[in-house]
Amino acid sequence: MAETVHNLLLGFSVALSPPVLLYAFVGCVVGTIVGVLPGVGPLAGISLLLPATFGLDATKAIVMLAGIYYGAMYGGSTTSILMRIPGEAASVMTCIDGYAMARKGRAGPALAIAAVGSYVAGTVSVVALMFLAPPLASFALRFGPPEYFALLVLGLLVLAYMSSGSMVKALAMATLGLLLGMIGIDQMTGYFRFAYGVVELGDGIGVVPVAVGLFGLSEILATAGQETPPAVIKPTLRELLPSRQEWKDSNWPIWRGTVLGFLIGIIPGSAHIISSFVSYAVERRLSRRPEEFGQGAVAGVAGPESANNSATSGAFVPMLALGVPSGPIPAVMLAAMMVHGVSPGPLLIKQQPELFWGFIASMYVGNVVLLILNLPLVGVFVNLLRVPYPLLYPGILVFCILGVYAVNSSVVDVWIMLVMGLVGYLLRKLEFEPAPIVLGVILAPMIEMALRQSLAMSDGHYAIFLTRPIATTLLAVGVFLVLLSFRPLVARGLDWRARMAMAEKGEEL
Amino acid sequence: MLTTNRVAAVALALLAIVVLFESRKLPLGSLHNPGPAYMPVLLALALLGLAILVAAWGGAGSGLRAVGWSEWRHAAAILGTCAFAAIALERLGYRLTMAISLGFLIGVVERKGVILTLVFAVAVAAGSYFLFDTLLRVPLPRGPFGI
Repeated sequence: MAETVHNLLLGFSVALSPPVLLYAFVGCVVGTIVGVLPGVGPLAGISLLLPATFGLDATKAIVMLAGIYYGAMYGGSTTSILMRIPGEAASVMTCIDGYAMARKGRAGPALAIAAVGSYVAGTVSVVALMFLAPPLASFALRFGPPEYFALLVLGLLVLAYMSSGSMVKALAMATLGLLLGMIGIDQMTGYFRFAYGVVELGDGIGVVPVAVGLFGLSEILATAGQETPPAVIKPTLRELLPSRQEWKDSNWPIWRGTVLGFLIGIIPGSAHIISSFVSYAVERRLSRRPEEFGQGAVAGVAGPESANNSATSGAFVPMLALGVPSGPIPAVMLAAMMVHGVSPGPLLIKQQPELFWGFIASMYVGNVVLLILNLPLVGVFVNLLRVPYPLLYPGILVFCILGVYAVNSSVVDVWIMLVMGLVGYLLRKLEFEPAPIVLGVILAPMIEMALRQSLAMSDGHYAIFLTRPIATTLLAVGVFLVLLSFRPLVARGLDWRARMAMAEKGEEL
Repeated sequence: MLTTNRVAAVALALLAIVVLFESRKLPLGSLHNPGPAYMPVLLALALLGLAILVAAWGGAGSGLRAVGWSEWRHAAAILGTCAFAAIALERLGYRLTMAISLGFLIGVVERKGVILTLVFAVAVAAGSYFLFDTLLRVPLPRGPFGI
């Protein structure tokens, strides 16, 4: 405990230094803008702005990128409440009751509750991250190649299980991502694989052009041609204060959302989306007046908003402690850290304590910045949505091209983004979820290395995965999830994944 | 029935077959010393299996005719603009390429007025260059006459 407090003080000495504070602030502002703009989610936002951090040292860069991540989580709620347009996917559940509150003239309290809930969840979950990451990292030092292989396979299986809709389709997408990750020089033998003479492909396909293509460009392709967004409900500062009853009704949902969100965040998958869905379902189940849900229940805003912000910190636990991203957004964060010469994993906390604890402390600071920023400036951010879409999307496209090109100063990356944009657009039409592709691309080199090292260790016997307790346990959990996914075939009614898919499509639950 | 799932399954299966075919050029290795083709072959076989499963359960997916393509003209224009940017970026330089791309999208595709198009295209191209290249020191390509 004393050591943790000492380390945290070290972290605050880094986070409160004026330059780091400035970049945390910039990250939060940019993240909020990213969250407010429909179509530019945190994944595309972080990818696009990665080149902007190239001139910075690792600590400032990571603090700024993390600011963009949780800023986007905060900002996503604004458009959900005021326009029924989720700024990013995790805010889908907030649309239901947030917009209903806005139509009843309670837009201000809905925004205030969302911001306070996000602040509480963000702060509490950072405390949990602080205590959980170091022991987990110590435990991970026991991992050899078979354990890492089992962990990575489990990660992909959990992601596939947690995604809304078909697990088979999600696994197919993850496999496609892994195959894309095979392109480039083989790390163990030096062979060029599937590069067809393109020298730039030697280092493999970068996660940034893949993410920007699949999420940024494909969104523009799918939505270009639409009319100007609908009118915005714009509350004044005076209308922001919730009533005593609203505070009371949102108290427990905030705490429950915080705990649920953090726990779900640690598990691989689109954690922030799932956590908000689960929180909404829990609040409706526990409510004394469940009929109010969908009609403007404040608990339907407080719970999901707290949960998705808490999940943001939870997702950092496996990334920082194990070096294993739990979803596409931590995967891009991991890639960003690697660009800055930081290798997240069990040794990070020991080797670069200033960076780790500075990052933790900056999350506390970021949460305060976001609370101050979001409420008084809500009108300013909402005005962004008044820019006509025919002018907005060409501007976003410029940043897509710029962001992708600037990572390696390579036009090959722009071509990759173009191809991935087209693939993402077609996948959207065919109702396939592209997120597992991104995770597959980043995990491919790790998973291949772990498998080949494991087989070399065991002289070619796959039984090595069944003779080591940790690896066996992890794989057993994976098999259990696969079996669990068959449940809807034998049980009546919709399972929670089908209900989540319906909610994402905006259909009635 | 031709469903979205079945169309996707065929595409994934074809991709898996292409990967298997192309992997012939690489050494497969052995179980105790897997070669560079080992993992791609394993993944391609897995993808083929998953594609068969998607096709088998594909009847539950939406019909292909239900998919809307109303925005295809815009999508084609945007993809064309991206292709132009990829070709021109290192030849014409960042500012000129982006100004032309924006001018095309706003003026031609979205049919906005000439003045608005010019002002927006030049402002965004020059502004983003100033922000990234000058302020943030991210090197962006220059074209003829250092533009």
